[in-house]
Amino acid sequence: MIPAVQFEGVRKSLGDRVVLDGFTLEVRSGETVALIGPSGSGKTTALKLVNRLLEPDGGAIRVEGRDVRAEDPIALRRRLGYVIQEGGLFPHWNVRENVETVPRLLGWPEERRRRRAEELLEMVGLPAAEFAPRRPRELSGGQRQRVGVARALAADPPTVLMDEPFGALDPIARGSLQREFLEWKRRLGKAVLLVTHDLREAFRLADRIAVLEGGRLRQVGTREELERSPADAFVREFVAQGIA
Amino acid sequence: MSGLPGYFWERRGEIGALAGQHLALVAISTALAVAVGLPVGVALARRPRVARPVLAFASVVQTIPSLALFGFLIPLPLIGGIGARTAIVALLFYALLPILRNTHAGITSVDPAIVEAATGLGMTQRERLRSVELPLALPVVLAGVRIAAVVSIGLATIAAAVGAGGLGVLIYRGIATVDNRLILAGAVPAALLALLVDGALGLAERRWSAWRRA
Repeated sequence: MIPAVQFEGVRKSLGDRVVLDGFTLEVRSGETVALIGPSGSGKTTALKLVNRLLEPDGGAIRVEGRDVRAEDPIALRRRLGYVIQEGGLFPHWNVRENVETVPRLLGWPEERRRRRAEELLEMVGLPAAEFAPRRPRELSGGQRQRVGVARALAADPPTVLMDEPFGALDPIARGSLQREFLEWKRRLGKAVLLVTHDLREAFRLADRIAVLEGGRLRQVGTREELERSPADAFVREFVAQGIA
Repeated sequence: MSGLPGYFWERRGEIGALAGQHLALVAISTALAVAVGLPVGVALARRPRVARPVLAFASVVQTIPSLALFGFLIPLPLIGGIGARTAIVALLFYALLPILRNTHAGITSVDPAIVEAATGLGMTQRERLRSVELPLALPVVLAGVRIAAVVSIGLATIAAAVGAGGLGVLIYRGIATVDNRLILAGAVPAALLALLVDGALGLAERRWSAWRRA
């Protein structure tokens, strides 16, 4: 089976700082992989290389088998879901308009857009009748984040990129969104590449966890693998502290 | 001064005609300033290194005394001469800076996270500008248009000096004949016009920024 996302020997510098070096990782179809590490470890950079918000200096990145450089970045982004911290909703649009963003860009007819938006809002627990006409300002942080998830899923992308999606939420809202994330995952079977700085969240949501430090991948594996056989002292420490 | 309203009423025909000319001068020059200032302001927002010197230059132009600018323009071919055209060009120069500066400020102050979301979801630069950046910058842009229009109404009284008409005609005539009532017949309607335009554009500004209020 073709992997959803593939990094192969990727190198990236920002200015004269090397942010990623020799980075190789695979997200299999339907799998959730969490990128985790201290700030500055290169995890967000890795995510942005996938939808070409950044371009690599070396190596290759493939989405569903196709080299991202061979594809028009606009078309690439429209077939990838993208969730960012605090939702990144457009403040001048209501919830429905926000969710319909990508379908509108893709030129779906209005009726189809509307049905899709209602279906997704229902799924993320924000019934359209009540929430569709609201502006982002009128929502709580957790609700905004749900709209962000619905927006990312609107055009039914097989692969979803999430950048600290639940990072800005209070522990209760975060917990319930994490629970629901697993439920959506089970129903939709998307491949997800998730950036987080919270090890508990990574263990809870991801099938495999990729630990980054200083632009290098230290280890990738399941929770058991990281706990039982950490690749080096950094991973051992990181896992021990993250759990504590 | 007791008979001032009666004096205005007697001259309502002339005051009305000149106020119409006045408003036309301001409307045309402000519209042209928007047509030039908006795209240039957007272009500058994309090029921070060019933006600084251009905005600084525009500020310098702003400091040229208006009467002197009219004088400079008169001998120029095409844009100069005596009449409304010269006045419109001069007013355009003054209206340009607030529109340019506010468009630049409006676009550059859009939350970078929002811009990145728009890009990451697959909007082209054009789509992003049209459906995200410009709408979010609009209240600030409109504030610039409002400043430009109000400043132009005051400045346009000087247009009478180059034979462009407007309420300045009454003021100049009043000065020449040492007739305060005549000066006021030009000045008071000009001030009222400024208040009116300020109010109307202020209303538009609030209307367009309705999304800010939850």
